[in-house]
Amino acid sequence: MKKDLLGIGDLTRDEIYLVLETAEAMREIGQRPIKKVPTLRGKTVVNLFYEPSTRTRTSFEVAEKRLSADTLTVPVAASSVLKGETLADTALNIEAMAPDMIVLRHASSGAGHLLSRICRSRIINAGDGMHEHPTQALLDAFTIREHKGRIEGLKVAIIGDLLHSRVLRSNVLSLTALGADVWACGPSTLVPPGLDRFGVHATTSIDEAVADADVVMMLRIQQERMDGAFVPSLREYFNTFGMTAARVARAKPDVIIMHPGPMNRGVEIASDVADGPYSVILEQVANGVAVRMAVLYLLAGEAEAD
Amino acid sequence: MPVVMDAERMSRSLARIAHEILERYRGVEDLALVGIRTRGVPLAKRLAHAIAAINKTDVATGALDITLYRDDLMRHAVGAQPVVRRTEIPFSIDDKRILLVDDVLYTGRTIRAALDALIEFGRPRAIQLVVLVDRGHRELPIKADYVGKNLPTSLTQSVHVHLVEIDGRDEVEIRES
Repeated sequence: MKKDLLGIGDLTRDEIYLVLETAEAMREIGQRPIKKVPTLRGKTVVNLFYEPSTRTRTSFEVAEKRLSADTLTVPVAASSVLKGETLADTALNIEAMAPDMIVLRHASSGAGHLLSRICRSRIINAGDGMHEHPTQALLDAFTIREHKGRIEGLKVAIIGDLLHSRVLRSNVLSLTALGADVWACGPSTLVPPGLDRFGVHATTSIDEAVADADVVMMLRIQQERMDGAFVPSLREYFNTFGMTAARVARAKPDVIIMHPGPMNRGVEIASDVADGPYSVILEQVANGVAVRMAVLYLLAGEAEAD
Repeated sequence: MPVVMDAERMSRSLARIAHEILERYRGVEDLALVGIRTRGVPLAKRLAHAIAAINKTDVATGALDITLYRDDLMRHAVGAQPVVRRTEIPFSIDDKRILLVDDVLYTGRTIRAALDALIEFGRPRAIQLVVLVDRGHRELPIKADYVGKNLPTSLTQSVHVHLVEIDGRDEVEIRES
């Protein structure tokens, strides 16, 4: 493993599988009466979250505690960001207290790379702007493999706000590396150019994307990142790109429906689909803890030389 | 590379241990065998079969991975983290008499880790240790209750246990390193 996990590109195909296998073992710990192992005793992990997050932050905190790391989460609203300190200065000050790992969530793409250059601590990217969210892609791959037994050869349709989505970028890199047939679908204003260079089929037809799909992954419409008119109205968006029971019926009979959360019910996904029998959305959340435990454990070892 | 235990000797050792366990316990209702990954697991299963053959009762078996409990985990100078495998103990260990099974007893550090790991699953009535080979050189106050073979070794030697289930043959050999 490299020193940091900034994106899926930091992992080889074998390392992705190593994370998934390790996560299998980690999941068992969550089913014990005492859900804790002493592995990271004495290691300090700082969760530095510059963007609001419920799932990812909680998931990392639970994973860190189950491995017995000393963990603290820097609440951004109360931190010196409001007093004008830069990310680099905040990071160097935290670094001066000698943590072993920093888990970073930031609204700017590449924030993790900046920290990686100036910090000795291991950096785990928990989402940087519109760039990558590697642990989300790993838990998605884990969930798919759990249900389908494999990833190679599966048709995976990723539908929604592709342009602003770091979940899309990380998933495209991991799923294509693992041999899936990846389709990306959204309104033309939200389809980034060049997807075909990653071996992804881009389309604006949801019917084409969903047809015979093994996996359907819905992405959130990220209104907080939209400063222009990307969609005419949320209602029209739902009519054209929302996941409804009728559209699910076009996929394979054993399709699984995924969503990284948080969901906008009635915008990208209908409630009866989100809560329906094909939905594995809450399993994704449960698997997230095991996958993050695996990443924390694997990164705690000695880094290979660059 | 001298072979110190062949397939026949190994199977007789395990049969003897099964008899010793039954001699000590008579009833096996509260007994369970937990093998330490990797090679303790097939050994635990073989002992369960041997006990079942003599006593006509099944003994529960489980698999314990001690990687996350190792005391040298974060002290490696170089190298990747050791691979973690699943722990599978599909029964409650509360009030059970647990027989912990491993292939080689050496420094005792693996057993220390296994005891810590096992205790997290509940409060067994007792834990005893079964090993195929005891090669000496303990670094912790740990002793086996059932031993297949005591094997005096020097620190420059290494002991390799091969099992049919994993390696395709039953054999214990000593190598000079």
